[in-house]
Amino acid sequence: MAWETVIGLEIHSQLNTKSKIFSGASTEYGAEPNTQACAVDLGLPGVLPVLNKEAVNMALRFGLAVNAKINQRSIFARKNYFYPDLPKGYQISQFEIPIVGKGAIGISTKEGGAKMVGITRAHLEEDAGKSIHDLYEDYSAIDLNRAGTPLLEIVSEPDMRSAREAVAYAKKIHALVQYIGICDGNMQEGSFRCDANVSIRKKDTEELGTRTELKNINSFKFLEKAINIEIERQQDILEDGDTVVQETRLYDAEKDETRSMRTKEEANDYRYFPDPDLLPVDIENELLTEIKNSLPELPTEKKNRFVSEFGLSDYDAENLTAQKPLADYYEAMLNDGAEAKVSANWVMGELSAALNKNQIDVQDSPISAKELSELVKRIGDDTISGKIAKDVFKAMWEGNGRVDDIIQNQGLKQMTDVGAIEGIIDGIIANNSEQVEQFKAGNTKLLGYFVGQVMKVTQGKANPKQVNQILNDKLS
Amino acid sequence: MHTLSVAELSKSLKNKEFSSVELTQHYLDRISHSDLNAFITVTDDLALSQARAADAKLANGSGSVLTGIPFAHKDIFCTKGVKTSAGSKILDPFISPYDATVSHKLNIENLVMLGKTNCDEFAMGSSNENSFYGPVKNPWNKTMVPGGSSGGSAAAVAGRLTPFATGTDTGGSIRQPSSLCGITGIKPTYGRVSRYGMIAYASSLDQAGPLTQTAEDAALVLNAIAGFDEKDSTSALRDVPDYTKTLRDSIKGLKIGIPKEFFSEGLDSSVEKVITESIKEFETMGAKLQEISLPNSAYAIPTYYIVAPCECSSNLSRLDGVRYGYRCEDPKNMDDLYLRSRSEGFGDEVKRRIMIGTYALSAGYYDAYYLKAQKVRQLISEDFKKAFQNVDIIMGPVSPTTAFELGAIKDPVSMYLADIYTLSANLAGLPGMSIPAGFSNNLPVGLQMIGNYWSEEVLLNAAHQFQTQTDWHSVLPENI
Repeated sequence: MAWETVIGLEIHSQLNTKSKIFSGASTEYGAEPNTQACAVDLGLPGVLPVLNKEAVNMALRFGLAVNAKINQRSIFARKNYFYPDLPKGYQISQFEIPIVGKGAIGISTKEGGAKMVGITRAHLEEDAGKSIHDLYEDYSAIDLNRAGTPLLEIVSEPDMRSAREAVAYAKKIHALVQYIGICDGNMQEGSFRCDANVSIRKKDTEELGTRTELKNINSFKFLEKAINIEIERQQDILEDGDTVVQETRLYDAEKDETRSMRTKEEANDYRYFPDPDLLPVDIENELLTEIKNSLPELPTEKKNRFVSEFGLSDYDAENLTAQKPLADYYEAMLNDGAEAKVSANWVMGELSAALNKNQIDVQDSPISAKELSELVKRIGDDTISGKIAKDVFKAMWEGNGRVDDIIQNQGLKQMTDVGAIEGIIDGIIANNSEQVEQFKAGNTKLLGYFVGQVMKVTQGKANPKQVNQILNDKLS
Repeated sequence: MHTLSVAELSKSLKNKEFSSVELTQHYLDRISHSDLNAFITVTDDLALSQARAADAKLANGSGSVLTGIPFAHKDIFCTKGVKTSAGSKILDPFISPYDATVSHKLNIENLVMLGKTNCDEFAMGSSNENSFYGPVKNPWNKTMVPGGSSGGSAAAVAGRLTPFATGTDTGGSIRQPSSLCGITGIKPTYGRVSRYGMIAYASSLDQAGPLTQTAEDAALVLNAIAGFDEKDSTSALRDVPDYTKTLRDSIKGLKIGIPKEFFSEGLDSSVEKVITESIKEFETMGAKLQEISLPNSAYAIPTYYIVAPCECSSNLSRLDGVRYGYRCEDPKNMDDLYLRSRSEGFGDEVKRRIMIGTYALSAGYYDAYYLKAQKVRQLISEDFKKAFQNVDIIMGPVSPTTAFELGAIKDPVSMYLADIYTLSANLAGLPGMSIPAGFSNNLPVGLQMIGNYWSEEVLLNAAHQFQTQTDWHSVLPENI
């Protein structure tokens, strides 16, 4: 049977305000437990919340960046449930009227597909504290530093049809919130968290299948895995003639499985009602205009510019603009005079690989944009070959100096003396008469063998273009 | 000294007739000999040290009109370093680490806190019988209730155990005990006084105000505690007038509306007589009387008993035994910790309202109860808006009866009727006041005055003018 997957994402993006959404306590990550929780965050009797305007401005930045309808009067509501890391016994959130209404964002996948994903809403809310169950044997511990940290919950329409698309969407939102400076995007620290609603239905049918909500996903890799596992699980159930149970499932990265956390019947009745401690949030037109004017170039705009201005492919442009720091790095190289396509290959290839391998952010790269640009320029002016350039890159990464010094000191400058190369090639032809005969008999694949021999003798320094040309001349 | 009003004490302190320490000690002695059970906590040492600080200010002339005046806080205002119980077992162990804005405002004027007064648990009650610390006795007759929920504050002022006290009024909790104890009490417009640090019962209805001997005292205290507070988003960003300035204005031509719905079945006839006579007194003073109608006021009780429980069911969720307050012994697991801490920590009436509110907010019932109640609340407000197009002030009884016997009303719904005339001012957010208007069977009767939004000065002016023509406010219970 052919199945179609339907995915919607709920993304919790921690807003990087200095203080909490309803109190003056700091939001800094990593402080000693319970040192950044004031009377309001502790939910002491009698305390009252006061809305942090900066959080509102950040939500508006997001709303305007995805062309969403802004609700110029939104309401905070209480979501009531008991849990020890929820000090007031309710979370202040938005329910019926969120600050950001319907919007949309474009995504494109490696397969070349491009589509718009609808954003249902984005609302402001406060984060809960953290329960720590493995610190003591007989009891749980609670850290309320995170309690009251502002969150923007971004809810998508069920518009994604594969795990790939879901990841592409999540990455797009991840890039966007960093572009517009409202979230640091740090998934390890929980600043950016995804829950996925997954269901499947028979292909070419309209009605949605029963969905499950996947939680505890803290990387894009796990998002893709968790969704794919869940799709398979649901397919097995339906193909056995059973029904999918609406429930919340926890993704276990270690076991690479999802397991039931609670079913719909066990779900809380949150008893939402408008929070009488807070006034409706009224947004003036002037504020919207001011925020709109303060938005930077957004990822999609930047991507389109990279395509038209630098002649990059859609996919390359998408990749380069996914992270603002990476895009900035790339543009700095071009401003320094490096060629666009070669630079793109180096940034997405060697540089990204090295950064990933060493888990370093591009801002902290040991090779600056200017240095990498010099390297690209040395390839362009035939000082070194692309292959040698990889060795130079390694040396630069290890801090062995600047491009020209490394080329000089290690004698890596490309050999472009035609006479010298010819001499070497003559010697190789003389010593490999058997291969020459086979080549002449039509086994042209052997050209690679001869090139290899030349490179061996010249330690890779011969200009590959010249070597190919001379070999072809001499062997024909 | 204890028969003097705040205004009179202020003059005496300024004239060095006695010191704040002497005055404070006098009240502390009276409290220690009292059997009213009006106080949950008496802060002797703190009071005397505050009195010494006040005396130093008075000596160098830097004090305000209230400097050195002793007072008592309803035990629902958070007071730093002092037990703040809200009359509940669940907060019996709670020492507040911070001051409510009202406390802070009185502290910076160097008033002297004698202690924390008894009240119905979390301000839920009309007789002060719902307190973990036992009922308060009415100074006029110690077998009677003082009213509630600010019963301890009202009894303490009436029994002259303090010159004035603070209170909170969610459905009548300042006005009704003021009426039953024969004192003056004002609930300001919602948003006039900060709610920060006032333990919440129903956030959209709660409002703090003073319980005093006279309208002039109420004006003096309201001057000190009113005003915008950046810590309370629902407090109003608007100027506060000097309420003492307009007290002496003539009330000639004041248009008084008398809602016929406040004189219907259920109103004790001797109470009605007192109220009618006191309103006539205003007419003698030049005011114009006019019958009005508040057609939706009949729905005030059912509306209030949806809105207030809904809000309280959520407000009281923080009392979970996890971070502060009462925790049950040896909880087996998380659910057991919640269940037993709350079951053992809350009293019956509080549990009843939490359950009503939880039910009314549940999926499938929200529209029928909460939303409907909000709509009716809107209608009640509209009634008042219409009425205030023609009148300056509305007058009627505070309570359908005088003080009743301790233990007499066992049925909660009958008890709810005690607030029938006071609830609508809370639902509409309007200022309301109770002033002594006479006696019925040797028990005081209070006249209720309801004003338009932000018109506290109109209420205080009318009340003060009434008190210059009558002396009901200065009649004392026996043995005072």
